[in-house]
Amino acid sequence: MKLLKDTWLMFQRYLFVFLRNPAWVVIGVLQPVLYLVLFAPLLKSLTETPGFPSGGAYNVFVPGLLIQLGLFGASGVGFGLIAELRAGVIERFRVTPVSRFALLLGRALRDILTLVVQSLILLLLAIPFGLKPTVSGVFVMLGLVALIGLGMSSLAYAAALALKSEDSYAPLIFTLSLPLLLLSGVLLPLQLAPQWLQHIAQANPLSYAVTAARDVFNGHGGDPDVYKGLAIMAALAVVGVVIGARRFSRAIA
Amino acid sequence: MIETHNLRRVFKSRKGAVEAVAGVDLDVKKGEIFGFLGPNGAGKTTTLRMLSTLLPITSGEATVAGYDLAHNSAKVRYEIGYVSQEGSSAPEIPGRTELVMQGRLYGMTKTRAVQRAAELITALELADCADRATKTYSGGQKRRLDIGIGLMHLPQLLFLDEPTTGLDPQSRARMWDEVRKLRDTGTTVFLTTHYLEEADALCDRIAIIDHGKIVALGTPDELKRQVAGDVVVVGTDSSSDRVLELLKGQTYVREATSADGIVRLYVDRGETAMPQIIRVLDSAGIPLASLSLSRPSLDDVFLHQTGRSLRDAA
Repeated sequence: MKLLKDTWLMFQRYLFVFLRNPAWVVIGVLQPVLYLVLFAPLLKSLTETPGFPSGGAYNVFVPGLLIQLGLFGASGVGFGLIAELRAGVIERFRVTPVSRFALLLGRALRDILTLVVQSLILLLLAIPFGLKPTVSGVFVMLGLVALIGLGMSSLAYAAALALKSEDSYAPLIFTLSLPLLLLSGVLLPLQLAPQWLQHIAQANPLSYAVTAARDVFNGHGGDPDVYKGLAIMAALAVVGVVIGARRFSRAIA
Repeated sequence: MIETHNLRRVFKSRKGAVEAVAGVDLDVKKGEIFGFLGPNGAGKTTTLRMLSTLLPITSGEATVAGYDLAHNSAKVRYEIGYVSQEGSSAPEIPGRTELVMQGRLYGMTKTRAVQRAAELITALELADCADRATKTYSGGQKRRLDIGIGLMHLPQLLFLDEPTTGLDPQSRARMWDEVRKLRDTGTTVFLTTHYLEEADALCDRIAIIDHGKIVALGTPDELKRQVAGDVVVVGTDSSSDRVLELLKGQTYVREATSADGIVRLYVDRGETAMPQIIRVLDSAGIPLASLSLSRPSLDDVFLHQTGRSLRDAA
């Protein structure tokens, strides 16, 4: 009960902060839109390549783009937390009886909401290019993005609390998110990759999310890969939340 | 309100263990302004952070606002307010929103929190800026808002970490008034400072900490008297050695030194010692050239206890 109430208070707080600067919603969508406009057309000529999934360039590319949006969007949330650490806000909350878990959850829910809104914007923008979405596809897609958002933003908050400075946080997320992206099959389907690269990619949880998202957008909604992707993302979310919650409940030394 | 016994905090680092707080005994009474004085790195902030539940204690006992700190920090949190040196508000959020949110975190209803926020905004004279984002606030307004945030839930005990650091003299005087008002309403205030004047002017009692240990504790007057007493400076035209000889034996003189024809006498109470000094010199037929009394400052206290000046140490 207290957890729910405190989570709601925190969610409102961070939503308020976010809405004060709605430009961030647009900026978050800008990068994937650039991929959509300046990169996706390259794929059109590749659709006939052996191994390229069927369904058309946009139905193959946009689902992966949304996973990328989730990854990049969530990994950047730690910057706001570091600013708050510096402003003394986190310390102020620690002295209150507020639920420590709510400090994490309220923020992460705000992040999920932001990502879902951005995903919807991106989906709408992709339609004129040739994306053909299905209702069930959109729901599964948003579910995947939400789970990635919860897991990755929790991990990002844990990293921000541990590092306490942008100078070490920024290189960390850039260093980690690039291989995660390259090994997920977002830019080009991993079916085109040599065997050894496919094997490495199997260790990347996000590659399963990309596979699931593609399946559901290309008429394979009932495929076991979809459930596998959702289950792995749910597991990632649980692990992320546990790590994040432990960080929030520990006192800063 | 606060009682600690042998409170310790050890930080472990790669270079080994550092004992930041090395056995602190404190007894802060209800309704007093208690000052915690010491140079940077003396263990002031570490002690404050332990007492305000921010940092687990390594060993020792502490009771804060009636609850055991180590085992019942959740209960302690409802009874205390804490105002950190770094501030406590987000730059994009208006002060009023921050106040209401703080009240809600302590379980106030929305109506009650809005009402209490309005009270504090009036009391702390924040009406002009309460609905603006805090990044537009002046240093003094920001600090007053921080205090308001710490007071939202009517705590019995308020911790203030260096409440006037970085404020201009006017805002500082203003802050002192606010702190005194708190005492008048029965709130106990525990503050850290490295300003001697502040401790002297504001605090009912003071503890001086250095290298993690309390080196002096008492009212500002007691401390000054206990350590250095008063200083009586006797100037004479005739032999200062003779003056020294005569006065050294007096029971009220604790210590005496002479240099350059000037004799310095450390006495417990200067105002009663001076007439006696005059009488002694008079009956010995020594003409007195000058006589002056100076009161030791808290800096003398610190100097005496630690061997260095707080101004240098800080």
